[in-house]
Amino acid sequence: MRHIISILMENESGALSRVAGLFSARGYNIESLSVAPTNDETLSRLTLVTRGDDQIIEQIVKQLNKLVDVVKVQDMVEAPHIERELMLIKLQAVGPNRDEVYRLAEIFRGQIIDVNDTSYTIQVTGPGHKLDAFVEALGAIPVIEVVRSGALGISRGARGMSI
Amino acid sequence: MELSGGEILVQCLKEEGVEILFGYPGGAVLHIYDALYQQEDVKHVLVRHEQGAVHMADGYARATGRPGVVLVTSGPGATNAVTGIATAHMDSIPMVVFTGQVATHMIGNDAFQEVDNVGITRPCVKHNFLVKDVRDLAETIKKAFYIATSGRPGPVLVDIPKDVTDPKVKIPFEYPREVKMRSYNPTVKGHTGQVKKAVDMILGAKRPMIYSGGGVILGNASEQLVRFTRKLNYPITNTLMGLGAYPATDRQFVGMLGMHGTYEANMGMHHCDVLIAIGARFDDRVTGNLAKFCPTAKIVHVDIDPASISKNVVVDVPIVGDLGGVLEEMMRIMEHEGDKRDTDALDAWWAQIEQWRDMQCLKYQWSDEAIKPQYVVEKLWEITRGEAFVTSDVGQHQMWAAQYYKFDKPNRWINSGGLGTMGFGLPAALGVKAALPDEEVVCVTGEGSIQMCIQELSTALQYYLPIKVVSLNNRYLGMVRQWQEFFYQGRYAMSYMEALPDFVKLAEAYGHVGMRIEKPSDVEGALKEAFALKDRLVFMDFQTDPTENVYPMVPQGAGLNEMILV
Repeated sequence: MRHIISILMENESGALSRVAGLFSARGYNIESLSVAPTNDETLSRLTLVTRGDDQIIEQIVKQLNKLVDVVKVQDMVEAPHIERELMLIKLQAVGPNRDEVYRLAEIFRGQIIDVNDTSYTIQVTGPGHKLDAFVEALGAIPVIEVVRSGALGISRGARGMSI
Repeated sequence: MELSGGEILVQCLKEEGVEILFGYPGGAVLHIYDALYQQEDVKHVLVRHEQGAVHMADGYARATGRPGVVLVTSGPGATNAVTGIATAHMDSIPMVVFTGQVATHMIGNDAFQEVDNVGITRPCVKHNFLVKDVRDLAETIKKAFYIATSGRPGPVLVDIPKDVTDPKVKIPFEYPREVKMRSYNPTVKGHTGQVKKAVDMILGAKRPMIYSGGGVILGNASEQLVRFTRKLNYPITNTLMGLGAYPATDRQFVGMLGMHGTYEANMGMHHCDVLIAIGARFDDRVTGNLAKFCPTAKIVHVDIDPASISKNVVVDVPIVGDLGGVLEEMMRIMEHEGDKRDTDALDAWWAQIEQWRDMQCLKYQWSDEAIKPQYVVEKLWEITRGEAFVTSDVGQHQMWAAQYYKFDKPNRWINSGGLGTMGFGLPAALGVKAALPDEEVVCVTGEGSIQMCIQELSTALQYYLPIKVVSLNNRYLGMVRQWQEFFYQGRYAMSYMEALPDFVKLAEAYGHVGMRIEKPSDVEGALKEAFALKDRLVFMDFQTDPTENVYPMVPQGAGLNEMILV
């Protein structure tokens, strides 16, 4: 099953490689990973998406907790949560495709953030499957470049992940 | 007090009660060595290869329970140490390793003797640090010792660039009294509800088995384990790492379990209905085929490391906590609840175990011609009255030492169980001797392993560390040869050493006593003679039967009940 693991860790050089190294050394997969400092600048929040059965996910959480730089670990899918990812996609847009791209962007609530004679760059946000659906809907429209942030997750309700 | 980085390091070692440092100087650590030179409290053992330094610190730690401390230089000094660090990591040995690093402004420039020590050791340490500012040095060292020795212990590496120890830069020094880390708080006390649940399961057992591992020794909980086991009158088996935690000569002890464990231990594991795992980690050499492991058992697992629980085998009652404390609490609850054991079932279980024991799975064929390695270890045990600190290397001799030297006390059996590092035995023995000069220290080894760190014989002379080396020399890389005999139809690919040194002359060249023993009738006399030479290192080269195999054996992929007996 797909899991979104959120990690609060010391904002120190090397902390990220400890997490990444743990995954490669133990043969766990990482589908996506994103990391940035939080409002508390001594802490970074890392969000990663991985897959595995319950036993593997339990091991992943335990092994992450064992890392000395890791302060807190939470498996987002254990409780109601919101998932968002940001995609920037650059498309060839000439002739009739220009209108088609524009329409599709509207349907997916995307924003066109850069335009020139032959291309559009569109920003789309949402859960990963929505971004996948957008790319699929483009059909034969040529894609020049795709950049995705990887998933972020936050729990629903008033309670937050803090230390 | 204003001190330089080098002086701060030395002062921190004193504050931590470090008596002895194993190391090797080099460019990046010269400032530190200069500071060491100007004091007398912290002694330094100059090794012949950095791997030896780490194994010595490791042996020191395993024998005493105190952290071993290492100091090596940057680049090759650090990379040579990596095997030793990985060895300590796999066996959870408390250790602090200081490595030199090129000056901070040179880092990343491919400078002379530069390697990314923090990167290279990251997967084989409990934690590591790069100290970029001398003002962080003392606190980092405090943290390093705290992390290395608390929770599930392990090696911690502190990488120190040369400019951080510059003698011209002096700063006020104060050693932190305590350390608090928001990201590191090992659980110590077992969950009361879980402990209660475990006790109910344990007392309800009809065919119980206690399976304890190296955690008992690391956690200093042998005394509690013995009381707990005797109180229950349940059979107990120890892992390779746990030998000595429960007295091997006691009736309730059924021997080591696993690949080369006893028939009674492995059959007991296979047929038990409640398994009580204490400070053990269900290693693949212990469990055999996981699908066939303990098919009828409910499992209680006590361990200080939550990640060890349900990693390989899903357990029914997990308890995270300090073993001694949890065992004490279990005994308190038992006292309170009264004797609820099913003694009839227990009697029947013991009768079954005695039947398995009667198979005498460790019996071996005597020979008048060739020295049997098992016989050497048995005699070694007799002559040292089972009191010696025994280190080993890796291979057949390691298994024979584990099977035939009956350890009655913890911390006396010292081997590389997890990583299986050949070359460990000799330096580890020297580390033990350096810590405990009045104890008898023996390295049981083979002609293959001993050559991987044999240069440390020179260190032994310089620091007067008169250990005894018992080499079971069968001219083969014996364990490899055994697997080739069993599983490769006797194709002995590259496991025979055609050219071997004359170990007697070699020992003499290093300034020690060498003995070559070729006949079974000479074994006992030779051992007695060697141990009578109290103040000399004696290298005993026993020419043993090259065809001897380690039995019993659970082949890979088999269940514990599917053993090859002889």
